[in-house]
Amino acid sequence: MAVVLVLALGYPLVRQLLMSFQEFGLAQQFGAAEPEWVGTANYQALFADPVVWGVIARSIAFCAVNASLTMIVGTSVAVLMTKLDGPVRLMLQTSLLLAWAMPVIAAMTVWQWLFDTQYGVINWALVQSGFEGFAGHSWLLNPLSFYFVATVIVVWMSVPFVAFSLYAALTQVSEEVLEAAQLDGASGWQRFRHILVPTIMPIIYVVSLLQVIWDLRVFAQIYYLQGAGGLRSETDLLGTYIYNLGIGQSDYGMASAVATFMLLLTLALTIGYVRKLAKEEEP
Amino acid sequence: MTRRPLVNTLGVLVSLVWVFPVYWMVSSAFLTPQQVRSATPTFVPFGGDLSAFGRVLDSSFLSSMRLSLLVTFLVVTIALLFAFLAALAVSRFRFAGRKGFILTVLIVQMIPAEGLFISQYKMLESWSLLNSVAGLSLVYVAMVLPFTVWMLRGFVEGIPVELEQAAMIDGCGRTRAFFAVTFPLLAPGLVASGVYAFLQAWNEFTLATVVMSPSNRTVPLWLRGLTTQSNAAIDWPGVMAGALLVAVPVIVFFLVVQNKMTSGLVAGAVKG
Repeated sequence: MAVVLVLALGYPLVRQLLMSFQEFGLAQQFGAAEPEWVGTANYQALFADPVVWGVIARSIAFCAVNASLTMIVGTSVAVLMTKLDGPVRLMLQTSLLLAWAMPVIAAMTVWQWLFDTQYGVINWALVQSGFEGFAGHSWLLNPLSFYFVATVIVVWMSVPFVAFSLYAALTQVSEEVLEAAQLDGASGWQRFRHILVPTIMPIIYVVSLLQVIWDLRVFAQIYYLQGAGGLRSETDLLGTYIYNLGIGQSDYGMASAVATFMLLLTLALTIGYVRKLAKEEEP
Repeated sequence: MTRRPLVNTLGVLVSLVWVFPVYWMVSSAFLTPQQVRSATPTFVPFGGDLSAFGRVLDSSFLSSMRLSLLVTFLVVTIALLFAFLAALAVSRFRFAGRKGFILTVLIVQMIPAEGLFISQYKMLESWSLLNSVAGLSLVYVAMVLPFTVWMLRGFVEGIPVELEQAAMIDGCGRTRAFFAVTFPLLAPGLVASGVYAFLQAWNEFTLATVVMSPSNRTVPLWLRGLTTQSNAAIDWPGVMAGALLVAVPVIVFFLVVQNKMTSGLVAGAVKG
């Protein structure tokens, strides 16, 4: 177990760190030159590049918007589930499950078809509702509407997990406590705010942490939409940027430097959680 | 009968929004090329046409299927074996470095795969494992292991060790007590973790894109290939039939196990 983890995660991690301090391009790749130690030159070059700052800023903004939207919608759906009559709840749960179970690429394929310029249902529905301008509209050509499409898909795919986890947590809250609060005159909102939220807080915490991690590293969706017609230079996020630098341009040194930055950024965003867990875990 | 008509209407609307893309995938797979090119979308494909399935079920699909099945089988088997041993070790034994190990598992889980694929690519390249079943399985096992350990640990801790001790008092050896008492109770946890590993390995796209070559594709890469293969118009019914073929096994597995997965996750999360 430890051996596998060290081999498959530890080794690439160390190697990546080393490569980020090397000049490692095509010449080194084909053995024409040895990797040359260049100190922090890769990092300096990257952080002097406004394009990289654009990618970082977009990634953080995309993560913030998607994680918050997912949490807001997911929590609302979880609360909604507790209020529904049996058959409607079953219908909602089945729909969410089907969406959750869709493999990423199958889901992306369907959404590409829904947003299709010529024959997509979304353009058709918009035209039917009186927005004539959407006839033959290309969603992926403009960066803002590209991110809009990506957000719709990411949120659609992430909400079921959040909704089910929080619903599971909500059903753990004792009925007696809620009834007692109601008898004492607490309104619905007060009961939600002072009883339900504190009880499910640990789960909200874990789930939102996972969302932040997942939305910061989003790759498949962006890569797919870029392939379906997005302008790459204006829509790159960290994942696709690293991919293009490394696999596309064989500039492994630079790609490793960005990847290392991405790891540090993730750790920085999650360190509080790790420390909290370290405290709770008995020795 | 309905006590809260407004809330229930909202529930129905939300469920329609979430299920529509899934419905659209299924129904589009039965469209004829003429229906796809008509000005009005066909919402119910009456007289459904199965030719789309025929168009995508070719040799490239079968070889992708074989590759995906093999990789998934290896990943599930190896990951379950390691995760099982690790979960037992951390929840049943107190040893030096135990806390460190649990924290390592947690932190490793937070490392974004997208921040590692360059070095994983270089690693497999230097071991001549690029574009191979062994190479892809190795990085997938590493990808699913942290979570399967975490999940199984939640299940193992849910089984009181007193049960085993009672069996030992009744004269069972430690190993026998474990296999007679704890192991059967752990079966749902093993199934749930196995299914998690299955889903991850079956659906993974990023690492497969990096590590495998176009002639050697897993099912998600094959599906992706259908929409990018030529400059001709995309055969949407064919693509949707392909998506359906890839998604159906996953959806079926998911419907069977999702309760166990959520409870395993919640258990793991609460225990940290």
